[in-house]
Amino acid sequence: MSNKVKRQPAAVTFLVVAVLAIWMMLAAFPFLWTLWGSFKVEGDFFSKADWANAIKGTLTQVETGGSFTGDGYHGAWVQEEFWRAALNSLIVCVFVVSISLTLGTLGGYALARSTYRYAFWFLLAALIFRAMPPITLVSGYLPVFFQWNLWGHTATTIVVLVAINQPFTLWMLHSFFKNIPAELDESAMVDGCTRFQAFRNVIIPVMWPGVITTGLFSFLLAYNDFAVTAMLLSKENQTMIPKINSFLGTTQTKGNVMFAVASVVSVTAPLFLMVLFFQRQIVGGLTAGAVKG
Amino acid sequence: MKHKSFFWFVLPSALAMLLFIFFPIISVIVQSFHVDHEQVIQTVETCDLFGCKESTTIDQEATAALREAKPLGQFAGFATYLDRNHLAVDEVKSTWGSSNGWREFGSQMLNLPFYKAIGFTLTFTFIVTPLVIILGFVIAIAVNSATKALRGPLIFFSLLPMMITPLVGALILFWMVDARGIIGTTLQYLAGDPDLSVKASTPLMWIMLMVYGVWHAAPFAFIVYYAGLQTVSQDTLEAARVDGANRWLQIRHVVIPHLLPLTTFIALMQLMDNFRVFEPIVSFAANAHATSLSWSIYNDLGGETRQLSSAAATSVLTIIGVAILLSPVLVRTWRDFDRK
Repeated sequence: MSNKVKRQPAAVTFLVVAVLAIWMMLAAFPFLWTLWGSFKVEGDFFSKADWANAIKGTLTQVETGGSFTGDGYHGAWVQEEFWRAALNSLIVCVFVVSISLTLGTLGGYALARSTYRYAFWFLLAALIFRAMPPITLVSGYLPVFFQWNLWGHTATTIVVLVAINQPFTLWMLHSFFKNIPAELDESAMVDGCTRFQAFRNVIIPVMWPGVITTGLFSFLLAYNDFAVTAMLLSKENQTMIPKINSFLGTTQTKGNVMFAVASVVSVTAPLFLMVLFFQRQIVGGLTAGAVKG
Repeated sequence: MKHKSFFWFVLPSALAMLLFIFFPIISVIVQSFHVDHEQVIQTVETCDLFGCKESTTIDQEATAALREAKPLGQFAGFATYLDRNHLAVDEVKSTWGSSNGWREFGSQMLNLPFYKAIGFTLTFTFIVTPLVIILGFVIAIAVNSATKALRGPLIFFSLLPMMITPLVGALILFWMVDARGIIGTTLQYLAGDPDLSVKASTPLMWIMLMVYGVWHAAPFAFIVYYAGLQTVSQDTLEAARVDGANRWLQIRHVVIPHLLPLTTFIALMQLMDNFRVFEPIVSFAANAHATSLSWSIYNDLGGETRQLSSAAATSVLTIIGVAILLSPVLVRTWRDFDRK
């Protein structure tokens, strides 16, 4: 491929470079801008006088004495107790990922190995469930959760997110298990293992790449969710995303929109690291469904 | 696999989906046919020196008891569906009769909450989806012709807009578009209008929401196409080159046909995801200019007065919309399976 580039006419090379440059600008610049701006004061980040103030930090100099200030972060994490939301997010994500993967591997394995028609119907039902906007389901939960006093607890939200996660997890692990040859577990069963023993001793040791990829997407779903967590969690159990949204309501009047900017950067950082370390798995996971049909 | 072991393996996952996806759908449907109880009014006759007076008060106890006994509320049939906040049958009829011309009828309809929401949702879905496919394809071709060493970092930065939390990604763009932000200022400069504000203008708000939608979803199309490009047969490309096909003809007749099945997949995922557009409307605080079906449900559920029945009716209508969108795919999947 690389020698192909050299044979390219100049016009094509120029076009490719232009497209890539513009796209990189669109994809990366907003993040850099917000990261940089989160260390400024509001008067600079939203500058009435000159947008370049956000880069130079003119007012930040005047108000705090330095070109950078951690006031936004201090305000969000300490004053508004964003750490509590971060802790809640951590708890929700850990449990959602581990429970969805446990249920998903069992189900996905069975769906991959069953040759009966009902396995197909099961997957089709999961596909339909995948298409349901989560917020429509939330309006189904609320009356029941209020009635039974389940509303507001972290545990309820975890179970709900696991369930909403299941269709996707099942599809992904199903297509992954299909690629593990069936002879592997069948030969174990010929040797006298039960189905579950075969699963435990033969399949589990080789399934980790697929499980890690699926786990990343389960994590994303739990971490990024707004509809479910905003509606189902009480104020003290709030995770980070609804917390940021609640900043917007209160802080715009207080003039502390920088708290929201700082927490937005804080939320983005783990995602950034995740993409950095698991880029290959994410790309593999995104294309798995498509390329295999 | 034996029926019995299949059953035990899928049971936990099936149970989770049954309890928290299937039953809620049923519950939403049931709820949408009920409305809150009216408060029980009691008439009390109070007599004093000046004679007797009848007054009406709300019987709190009886109301509470009634709510306790029938938490669903009273049966209302299709009343919620037909009211002003949903299908608004009466309003549509009178608008139909009074308005002259399609334009006026259309703009009148967009004043009704449900039609405003569905109007934006459908516009968003059917404009963003093709743009995502085209942009993703262009980026994939460009990245694929870059040198190998550059591709890793290119893919890394390309993934960011998709992996970012939708609410947060939309906020980042929103702050830049703010009249005091960098894009907002640039727009004012370009338009030569210092008072230009995206927040105040409906068309600009719609465009911004769609720009966000494309920005957020293009990486997905890009990654899928990029993976597809790795499997394009080099022999076919070589043969096309020998036959004198230029770069464009190679793309047109070899690459695009190869990627066509992937396009169906991307289109399906994008239609599903764009139809539920929700977070950007919250982030952009755009509800004065644009609402979506998901946002209407969220709006009904939040706040002091939780309008459960109204939310339920909108949910059912949304589910019907999803079903219509999904039906061609389902029919096709079924046919494919039958052939196997």
